[in-house]
Amino acid sequence: MGLVESGKLPKPLTQLLSLSRKYSLWVYQWGLACCAIEMGSAFASPRYDVMRLGVIPFPASPRQADLVVISGTVTDKMAPAVKRLYDQMPDPKYVISMGSCANCGGPYWDSYSVTKGVDQIIPVDVYVPGCPPRPEALLEGIVLLQERIGREDMADRWKGDPIVVG
Amino acid sequence: MTVTDSQKMAYVAAQAADARVNLQFETEDGMTLNMGPQHPATHGTLRIVAQLDGEQVVRCEPIPGYMHRGYEKLCEVRTYPQVTTLINRIDWLGSFANEVPFILAAEKLMDVEAPPRAQVIRTILFELSRLGNISLFLGDLGIQLGGITIGFYAFRDREFVLNQIEAATGGRFHPNFDRIGGLKDDLPKGWIAETHLAMERMRRLCDEFEELVLGNEIFQARTRGIGVIPTDIATSYGMSGANLRATGVDWDLRRDACPPGLSYDLADWKVWTHPDGDSYARTWIRLQEVRESTHIVDQLLDSIPAGPIMAKVPRIIKVPEGEAWVATENPLGEMGYYVVSKGDLVPFRVKIRSASFNNISVVPWVTRGVFVPDVITILASLYFILGDIDR
Ligand code: SF4
Repeated sequence: MGLVESGKLPKPLTQLLSLSRKYSLWVYQWGLACCAIEMGSAFASPRYDVMRLGVIPFPASPRQADLVVISGTVTDKMAPAVKRLYDQMPDPKYVISMGSCANCGGPYWDSYSVTKGVDQIIPVDVYVPGCPPRPEALLEGIVLLQERIGREDMADRWKGDPIVVG
Repeated sequence: MTVTDSQKMAYVAAQAADARVNLQFETEDGMTLNMGPQHPATHGTLRIVAQLDGEQVVRCEPIPGYMHRGYEKLCEVRTYPQVTTLINRIDWLGSFANEVPFILAAEKLMDVEAPPRAQVIRTILFELSRLGNISLFLGDLGIQLGGITIGFYAFRDREFVLNQIEAATGGRFHPNFDRIGGLKDDLPKGWIAETHLAMERMRRLCDEFEELVLGNEIFQARTRGIGVIPTDIATSYGMSGANLRATGVDWDLRRDACPPGLSYDLADWKVWTHPDGDSYARTWIRLQEVRESTHIVDQLLDSIPAGPIMAKVPRIIKVPEGEAWVATENPLGEMGYYVVSKGDLVPFRVKIRSASFNNISVVPWVTRGVFVPDVITILASLYFILGDIDR
C-alpha cells in the first residue's frame, strides 16, 4: 500500500496495476438533474451499453466506487453533500463533470442558488460539455479517462490538466 | 468568485431548516431513517426523513429544495424567446410540454395565433414528450421494485421517440422549438411515416409492460391497496394529472379546457379513470395514457394541414402590458404559467405552477403507517420530477 501511494513501484507492476484499474472502473452515478437522464441512457440502455468498455455502473455506495459522474445542476444546498460523497470515495478516485451546469453553471449562470461549477468544491478530471451532452459524449469522456489511467504512474497522479471532451 | 453576505445567510438558513427537521425527528421515540438527498428511489435529489416504529412509518417528511434553481427570478431577466430555453429544464423529461403553456400565455398577451399547421405539429410534439416522459416512468417503476428487465426495455423503446423528437427539433430532449406565433422549423421529410413506426413500437412496449409487470403477482401484492389516496384528499392537496385520475376524478385539461393554440379537438381519445386510488391504479392509468397518446399522435399525423409554420410576429418581441394565465395538461399534471407583462422585452413576473410539488405534498399523509418498502412504491407511483418540484 505504501509503495503504491508513494509511487515507488517497479515499472512492470505499475503497468499491470494501471491496466487492471483501467478496465474495472466502478462508476457511481451522481445524477442531479436533466443530465442524469442522459447518463441513465448511456449507462442503463441497451443502445449505448457502457459495460462493453469495462465500466460497471452499479456500485451500491460511493465507498466502492473509483469514478463518480457528477451530472447536472449542483445547487448551494447540495454542494456539502457532493463534497462529503467525494471524501468518502477511496483513493485513487476520478471525477467526470457532465453537462454545462456541473462545468460552469450552464443556463443558470446568474442564478442565486446554483453553484457555478462543481470544480469549486472537488477536483475534476474530465469535463464533458453540452446541455445535455449526448450519451456518446459521456462515453468518449470515459474512454479518454481510461487512456489516461492506462498510462498513469502513481507518482504523477495529480499532475496534468483536466481532459475536455470535444 | 466572491461569496456575498446574502449567499452566506441563505446557506445558514438552509442548514438551520434541515437541522430543525433532524432535531424534531431525533428527539421523539423510535428510529429516524434518512433517505436522500441522493437515493435511487427519489428520482434525483429529494430528501425524505422518516420516523420509524419498527418497520412502520410513524411520520415522514419530504424536504425539497436541493434542486432549486430560482426559475421565477431568472425569468425576469430573460427576454421572452430566451425564457423558453430556460423553462425546458423544469420537467426535464417532458421538455417540449413545458414550453407550450408559456408560449401560449405570451401569444394570448400579444393576441397572435399560430397557423393551423403549427398548432397540429405542436400538439404532436407535446404528446411525443409525454411519451418520452411516461415511458421512463414505466421502466423506472420496475427498477424500483427490483425488476430491472423492464427498465432496459423502456430505455430501448424510449430511444425511438427521442429519435423522432431529435429529427424534428434537433435536440434529444431540450428542443427549444416552440416560438411565439408558431414553430421554428417545418418537419423533415419522411418524419410522419417514421413516427407511425415509433408509435407502433410504444404500443408494443405497453403490451410488454402489461404482461411483465402489471400481471405479475409480486407487483400486484406490492401495489394493490398500498398508498390509497381518497378523492377528497387528492383534490384538497391540489393533485392533478394521472394521480388525480387514479382516484376516480374524470378530469383532463386536454379535453376539458384545452387552451387555443393546441388542437386536441382533432383527435378522438378516451380519458381513463380508476376508482381505487392506490399505487396500482396510478401505474395502470399511466400505462393507458401512453396508449391513448400514441393514438392521438397517429390521428394527428394523418391530419396535418398544409400552410405556413409561423404567423407574422415582429423580430423583436415586446409583449404588451397585461396578465395571462395558461395551464395545460403536462405529463405530470397541470402545469401553468401566470405571466405579468409591463410592455417590456422581459416579463415582469412569471409564476410557475408545476404539478409535482402538489403531487408530492400528499406524501406525509399517505405514508403514515405504511411499511418502509412501501414508501418506495408509493414514491415511485406518485411519479415526480425534482426539477418540477423545486423549479
Ligand atoms: S447542463 Fe443542461 S441538461 Fe444538464 S443539468 Fe444543466 S440544464 Fe440540465
